[in-house]
Amino acid sequence: MDTSPPDPQLSALYQELILDHYRRPRNKGTLEQATHAVSLNNPLCGDEIDLQLRVDGDVIKEARFVGRGCSISQAAASMMTQLVKDKSVPQAIALADRMSAMMQGDEGAARDKTLGELRALAGVSKFPVRIKCALLPWNALTDAIKP
Amino acid sequence: MLDVARFRADFPLLSQRENGHPLVYLDNAATTQKPQAVLDAIVEYYRTTNANVHRGAYDLAIRATEAYEAARAKLAEFVNAWAPEGVVFTRGTTEAINLVAGSYGRANVKAGDSVVVTAMDHHSNLVPWQILCQEQGATLRMVEITEDGRIDLADFGRALERRPKIVAFPYVSNALGTVNPAAQLVKLAHAAGAVVVVDGAQSTPHLHVDLKALDCDFYALSGHKMLGPLGSGALVAKPELLEAMPPYHGGGEMIARVWDDHSTYNKIPHKFEAGTPNVEGAVGLAAAIGYLERIGRERIAEHEQALAAAAIDKLTQIEGVTVYGPRGKSDRAGVVSFTYGDIHPHDIATILDQDGICIRAGHHCTQPLMRRLNVTATARASFYLYNGLDEVDALAAALVKAGALFGYVPA
Repeated sequence: MDTSPPDPQLSALYQELILDHYRRPRNKGTLEQATHAVSLNNPLCGDEIDLQLRVDGDVIKEARFVGRGCSISQAAASMMTQLVKDKSVPQAIALADRMSAMMQGDEGAARDKTLGELRALAGVSKFPVRIKCALLPWNALTDAIKP
Repeated sequence: MLDVARFRADFPLLSQRENGHPLVYLDNAATTQKPQAVLDAIVEYYRTTNANVHRGAYDLAIRATEAYEAARAKLAEFVNAWAPEGVVFTRGTTEAINLVAGSYGRANVKAGDSVVVTAMDHHSNLVPWQILCQEQGATLRMVEITEDGRIDLADFGRALERRPKIVAFPYVSNALGTVNPAAQLVKLAHAAGAVVVVDGAQSTPHLHVDLKALDCDFYALSGHKMLGPLGSGALVAKPELLEAMPPYHGGGEMIARVWDDHSTYNKIPHKFEAGTPNVEGAVGLAAAIGYLERIGRERIAEHEQALAAAAIDKLTQIEGVTVYGPRGKSDRAGVVSFTYGDIHPHDIATILDQDGICIRAGHHCTQPLMRRLNVTATARASFYLYNGLDEVDALAAALVKAGALFGYVPA
């Protein structure tokens, strides 16, 4: 039996932090007073996200999600809901752009501290078919708040 | 078991490496690789025979037509069709079923009628019937499956009590590998007065299919799942049904005479083959059939059953792995669907890909079935004649690695 250690790219992809968010998602659930709601799914692989936001003026006060899918999509959703809390709408859109750049392999974005824990997902850029998983919650967010 | 090494040499793509590993291609229920004989037949057709069929007055066009019609005859013989003119070439199973729903269905299913499908049908044998029933005001009745992934015969019987106009089911489930008791289901459905549509996408490549014995009314198949080219396939039907059906697509080739405001139609099967057909696909499919016949479908089925049994045995030894579908050896094809703890099937597929192992992850175009299994997706390994036991071992070893990454077992 092949007992060689897992590929380093795989170890980078499935970091402890990602598995932790996958197994203990933060902000999972629904909001009583949501101002924005978007449901997106990835018909190819069946990943689903229902994202709810409570936006007050220009500020995202709360973000919650319900979803099913792979570790990458669900961890990305969990991390994103933490990161965008108390951010303004333009700030959130800028973060979505940085996230997208990181997925395209932009190393500057991968070092950008404003992305917080999401930088753990930088390794996804090495797995092109999985990029859409990481961006699914971000696409839901931009659908929800883009003017 | 078949002498796999000998066959693998016939498939140029299989000698490729993926991510630094020998390619282990276990996604044959999605599509199969092509032997050199099929590639050669396609190239040879274009080098020596290509012209538009059924209309040229010159020798080259006659040879092209002959090649196309010879492919039809070859396919008819391969599945023991009622007659060569009962073979309508299509882009594949999906188009074949849409043809039946769009032509036979529209002409025969009326408001208040019912159409029966099963909970294990591929979307291609479900959505066309949904569309038909919505259009006609008919009822779609989905037959349940048992816990071990077989068609629930009691529920099938209840569904027939409404005397449905059409009963559709898969011969072999693409997601579970279940080989359904097709002849028995056909008999029951006929006794209730229904016309029977069998989705043969997963049976034609792997089993000895004898349509005269099966006695269904319509049978749909895909060439690309049986070593043939993409975009090849057929609807095989009882000729008298095709004769009575209105055309599906309008255009050239399907007509007899065309006036300003109406037309008369060509005889079958041409009535259902509007436009220039995929001659390359038909010729390639005929070559694929030749290849399969040289090996023998009984031997292929036996080989795949042995691989599936070995895979089920190995996989179920890994703690946390759940294998879906029947456990019997005789009513199971070479398809093994599984999940592994809380590791999402897409994560499993990504991890296996790093070892050069190609499996399918997702809902397999069977979302109603996934709901009944209480999963959103499964991982699926599906075998063909060029897969060996060493590849089953590679699959199991890579799964252990996936488990380790997710903290399941020490690798």
